[in-house]
Amino acid sequence: MYDYLVSVFLMMGALYVVIAHGNLVKKVIGLGMFSTAVFILYITIGKVEGGTAPILEEGVTVYSNPLPHVLILTAIVVGVATTAVGLSLAVRIKAAYGTVEEDEITEMNLQAEEAGQDGTEDES
Amino acid sequence: MLALLVVTVIAAVRSTDLFAAAILFGIYSFLTAILFMDLDAVDVAFTEAAVGAGVSTVLLLSTLRLTGRYEQRHKHSPALPLVVVGLTGAALVYGMTDAPDFGDPEAPAHTHVAKRYIEDGPRETGVPNMVTGVLASYRGYDTLGEVFVVFTAGLAVMMLLGTRVRGGRSSGREAIGDLLVLRVVGKVLIAFVMLFGLYVQFHGDYGAGGGFQAGVIFATALIVYDLVFGEADARRVMPHIWTERLIAIGILIYLGVGVAGMLLGGPFLDYSKLATDPVKGEHLGILLVEFGIGVAVFGAVMSIFNAFSGLRLPSEGGRDDV
Repeated sequence: MYDYLVSVFLMMGALYVVIAHGNLVKKVIGLGMFSTAVFILYITIGKVEGGTAPILEEGVTVYSNPLPHVLILTAIVVGVATTAVGLSLAVRIKAAYGTVEEDEITEMNLQAEEAGQDGTEDES
Repeated sequence: MLALLVVTVIAAVRSTDLFAAAILFGIYSFLTAILFMDLDAVDVAFTEAAVGAGVSTVLLLSTLRLTGRYEQRHKHSPALPLVVVGLTGAALVYGMTDAPDFGDPEAPAHTHVAKRYIEDGPRETGVPNMVTGVLASYRGYDTLGEVFVVFTAGLAVMMLLGTRVRGGRSSGREAIGDLLVLRVVGKVLIAFVMLFGLYVQFHGDYGAGGGFQAGVIFATALIVYDLVFGEADARRVMPHIWTERLIAIGILIYLGVGVAGMLLGGPFLDYSKLATDPVKGEHLGILLVEFGIGVAVFGAVMSIFNAFSGLRLPSEGGRDDV
């Protein structure tokens, strides 16, 4: 039970980062932490009391559940690939706006709208 | 262990220094990997240590080089996000009151399909490591899809950041510094890391490991080489065009194994026809598919790293010091 509670706490801490912080890179870090917390939850579910790692061995009858392991293993690699996409988007936003702070980007978009130009799209 | 994780997250939430947050994220991943070991998930622990603590941190740091190290203090009050987070957490905890006890062997997760994987898996696939067997054989379609996701993500990064260093053939980013210690230690270390990567790749059917881990470990070796000896040397070892091709080659190996099974009279991704003995065929198929995964993941991680490290800030005139 303790494991579950901790993983919920980790998820919520990460969710707070995603919602409350304006910096896009920090948000990506938060997302990474969130997904790792979900991984912990899955692997916790896969654990069987008294079991061992799911690799066939003589004299061992109780194994932990291999299925969550498979799912999470691929999820980790996919996670880093998608994180890389997120980070590269942040890099492009920095190149276009000169900042990765959400407030400043919104402000610049509003100003551009007031000025009636469509200048936010171009990449400097 | 769990308490350490909690402390790490709190520290990462509070710090406005993104460099510190990135390093804390690496520590967090590493702690998670140790926790996974404790929970019997050796393969996952492996992956988390190589990916989370290694590659993610490198990527985050290369991003910070381009976007700046400090974040601003946010102006609006944290009350609303805290309420949202509190409510979500409360809902999750409420849902968990119904969850089965920790380690309960009768939990629904263990009584459905997993039972068959454990009881029949090693016999049917000839692979003692059940995780590898399930990954490459029973859930071969899933894994193929996941490799495609990695492929697409690699492509997306390359399209967003560009694949070539701008401004023609520059000599590329230079090494961290001409430090003898780094060079000597790096040289010795890289050889062992690569050897280990090969072991993990081809021994993944008997012990912990497999294509995903091996690809990342191998990529880490080359990333270290790139950082210590500079980009120009690294490019001589592994030209960028080849890292990009390798992603496609890996997927083609995977698909090729699937199609080969089809040509020999079985369904797509059925390996039992690859050899006269179905179990041998399964084993061979799993090995080949894992190799394809390893090649594709290696290519993707290297290409993503190259795309990030090849970028120059507009303010820096072609040269930069990390």
